[in-house]
Amino acid sequence: MKSESKLLSAPYTVWMTVFIVLPMLLVGYFAFTDKSGSFTLENILNVGQYSNVFLRSIWLGAVATVVSLGLGYPLAYIIAKMNARRQNVMVMLVMLPMWMNFLLRTYAWMTLLEDNGLINSALAALGLPRIHMINTAGAVVLGMVYNYIPYMILPLYSVLTKIDKSVIEAAQDLGANDREVFLKVIMPLSMPGIISGVTMVFVPAVSTFIISKMLGGGGNLLIGDLIDMQFLGSAYNPNLGSAVSLVLMVIILICMGIMNQFDDGEAAEGGGMLI
Amino acid sequence: MKKAGARIYTFLIFLFLYAPILVLIVFSFNDSETASRTVWGGFSLRWYRKLFEDRLILEALCNTLLIAVVSAAASTVLGTMAAIGINSMKRLPRRVMMNITNFPMVNPEIVTGVSLMLLFVSAVRLFGGRSLGMGSLFAAHITFCLPYVILSVLPKLRQMDPNLYEAAQDLGCPPVKAFFKVVLPEIMPGVVTGLIMAFTLSIDDFVISYFTSGTTQTLPIYIYSMTRKRISPEINALSTVMFAVVMVLLIIINARNARERKIEKAQERHESV
Repeated sequence: MKSESKLLSAPYTVWMTVFIVLPMLLVGYFAFTDKSGSFTLENILNVGQYSNVFLRSIWLGAVATVVSLGLGYPLAYIIAKMNARRQNVMVMLVMLPMWMNFLLRTYAWMTLLEDNGLINSALAALGLPRIHMINTAGAVVLGMVYNYIPYMILPLYSVLTKIDKSVIEAAQDLGANDREVFLKVIMPLSMPGIISGVTMVFVPAVSTFIISKMLGGGGNLLIGDLIDMQFLGSAYNPNLGSAVSLVLMVIILICMGIMNQFDDGEAAEGGGMLI
Repeated sequence: MKKAGARIYTFLIFLFLYAPILVLIVFSFNDSETASRTVWGGFSLRWYRKLFEDRLILEALCNTLLIAVVSAAASTVLGTMAAIGINSMKRLPRRVMMNITNFPMVNPEIVTGVSLMLLFVSAVRLFGGRSLGMGSLFAAHITFCLPYVILSVLPKLRQMDPNLYEAAQDLGCPPVKAFFKVVLPEIMPGVVTGLIMAFTLSIDDFVISYFTSGTTQTLPIYIYSMTRKRISPEINALSTVMFAVVMVLLIIINARNARERKIEKAQERHESV
């Protein structure tokens, strides 16, 4: 059985070699060559000129991740404490907006945030001054939080429901107050959920190009926009685009490496604590 | 007091999640000569009429559905085969395969899209043939659906008793028949989950399609071009239709699950008596 079964994955191996490994090698090839195909480091060095774009993307992505965690954690906690039937309904309600194409969801925010949009109309009707919201960095962060917060809530919810209630009761019996129970028991135990939530929000937020285009106007260029411009935009230059993609991948790999380190440390500590 | 706080908080978050969608839906019924996105001019179905008369949208919808059906079917077959192969591998090759499988899931979508675009453009330059279009979209969609199929089939394979397959063979069943009669029924829930996931991911995909479609329009790509125009209430009508379809599908699936659970429970009770 074993040898025949192994053959079954041969088409997949070929497929992934052609459509995953080879394209990645091509990104590397383009990043280190110029238009005539000879080796150069110019593209990679030129990425340095866009360090402000990288810093802005990482900053906005990080802010969006922190805000999602801050808003998502209490909700996940509240849902996890409900009875099973209501939990199912709530989880479905969190997931339902994700079933709508994210371009449409982001478009919806355009109609709300515009200078003549609904929020400003409402403010004007109440006699309050209008606020300029669209085409600002804040609008981009809002779009990121709105689109990716379900990816934060769902993993948090699934670890929070698995926490053994007797552990919390034990802490209370041993004299811990609510704050201590949360900081020393619930939060460490929910660390795996925090880690996966943070990665699932941060990676798409850092590399987005639609949200910044739709809600950020022209002034909030992100890494994704930069790549888009090199491949399908006015500044056609796939060599530079590949170099930017390569740097983006390295940044994300480093971030994930740091996150995983954090996870392992916490898990070991948690294990030690339980013994 | 605490409970009230929790309720208000939950309400506010759901308000944040649903208010924009509600606004889109309300304004899809807006009758306004200037076609404003935010000024109410009375009830009308005109944007729906316009939507269903729009040839380009219907064409994009057909493309999207065709791509989703083909890539979901192809990735489910390929992915299920791959999962069986990976499951029978030794530790080291299995880890290599799992790393390759996980890679497109952690890699930023835009990088996957760009890398596939480079592949297709280079292939056209080297070997000639047609430029990007349906063919490259099929390949790209199968590629990003495959890992999800594998990851939903693998756990089912691990739960399965490997002796079942051998027992079938010992009893004289040829391998192919043993697969369809013994293995497939066991892993079917995983296969179906993978198929549904692949289908929905394919329908919803914008980023990877954007880089690999050439001039072919899919629904998300068409939506994107609509959002670039300043005012287009047709898009509200389209959102509403899509939201309604998803709602109905989810309700049907849930109702069916609930009924199945009820039947299962009834059977359990019956068996225990």
